[in-house]
Amino acid sequence: MTQFFDILIVGAGPAGLAAANAAASASRRIAIIDDNPLAGGQIWRGGPARQQDQRARLLWQALQAASNVTFLAGTRVLMQTQPGELLVQDAEQACTIRYNQLILATGARELLLPFPGWTLPGVTGAGGLQALAKGGYPVQGKRVVVAGTGPLLLAVAATLKERGAIVAAIVEQAGMPALARFAAGLALTPGKAVQAAKLGVALRGIPYYANSYVTTARGDVQLTSVQVQRKGAKLDIECDYLACGYGLLPNTELALALGCEVAQGAVKTDPWQRTSVPNVLCAGEGTGVGGVDLALAEGRIAGLAACGEGVPQELLTERAQWQGFAARLARAFAPREELRKLAQADTIVCRCEDVCHDELREHASWRSAKLHTRCGMGPCQGRICGNATDFLYGWRPDAVRTPISPARAGSIITLEPHKET
Amino acid sequence: MADAITLTIDSRPATVASGTTVAAAIAGVTRLSVSGQLRAPLCGMGVCQECRVTINGRAHVLSCQTLCRPGMDVQTGAVA
Repeated sequence: MTQFFDILIVGAGPAGLAAANAAASASRRIAIIDDNPLAGGQIWRGGPARQQDQRARLLWQALQAASNVTFLAGTRVLMQTQPGELLVQDAEQACTIRYNQLILATGARELLLPFPGWTLPGVTGAGGLQALAKGGYPVQGKRVVVAGTGPLLLAVAATLKERGAIVAAIVEQAGMPALARFAAGLALTPGKAVQAAKLGVALRGIPYYANSYVTTARGDVQLTSVQVQRKGAKLDIECDYLACGYGLLPNTELALALGCEVAQGAVKTDPWQRTSVPNVLCAGEGTGVGGVDLALAEGRIAGLAACGEGVPQELLTERAQWQGFAARLARAFAPREELRKLAQADTIVCRCEDVCHDELREHASWRSAKLHTRCGMGPCQGRICGNATDFLYGWRPDAVRTPISPARAGSIITLEPHKET
Repeated sequence: MADAITLTIDSRPATVASGTTVAAAIAGVTRLSVSGQLRAPLCGMGVCQECRVTINGRAHVLSCQTLCRPGMDVQTGAVA
């Protein structure tokens, strides 16, 4: 089965929803597809209608009311079958979708770095545990250490506390000078400053260790404690969960599969959010991590551009303001050198294929490691270990392979032979 | 729970609130790794594949991106 839409949007987070909303008034046929059961992306997880952020509710209301916008939930892109056509699958079946304009709003994932014990049940990403908790993961009464880097840690801690978890500590790898500079920079984005102040109030009483990082997670079959490096001393903290993430990285797999130019890990776009491939635009974290405000601005620009409509100057100015915030964020929370030294010889780096640090470090490249150890060849297709080996060894992954997500054989078999690329 | 859902996880009944993900209903080990280690969800957002389980006989379904449905049969890899 093939469906057709004038504008196809991949990703129903803030950028994708803003793009759809901006394009909807031009009476184009629009579809938004997302691999989650509900729209909202990560920041508005659980559905935009249920968010405190009014922008989420208004966007969703507008899109629900628009008869020309279709939302395809639980649907994952597998590959491009020919220019202007994607193969997708949901829980039951596969189909192809043709489009005139494609907007990539594929968001970001966390940088998850290997350290002894990080494969234990109970160790998750920082945003990872927040996402799980929003899906009902039972955190009530559990002791949680939130660790890694960035303002996301505060939002994660607030969500967990709200759901009844006992946040034992927030462990931030950035040092005080960087944090102070970042805090001073918030004056340029008053909305963010207000948000930070609110989080500060919500998290009062929770120990916040700057210039500190988790070195080890301990436990037999389940996490029971973590060791934290703090001010030249080691600190042990008992906990049920460790939520540890070292910032966000753009999801660029689909862009790469389509042949879009990617530089420094982010999709390159022109001022109208157009990628290097004709009729393919990109908005939100995929172009570089900048948060919800930047994603909304870029989404609106992409939506207007995809319809061939003009983009108001104030929207471009707004985007520039949030790009400044993004740059300050990246500077303040760049992962520190010591994090490269946490993995021990027997620490697993590739979790799909259980490949350890000492099997990998002798290799000169991602390709060599893949060929000899199967690192990066499991179901996550290098999405977790590829970022870790980039950070640990400076390896750049090869070109992306299709299908870009694990696919059912039946989804591929249904393709007509002439559509294979 | 007014909007409770009952499903089966590794042959045992479980009751959760509507809107709960399968990963949350399991809230523990989802699979054994290739070398036999216990694994549980990591990324929480459909990237790492650690949360994959068998649902209604279909293998490799990401439990963090699947909502619980009444009568669902979930098999984790935790039991051999």
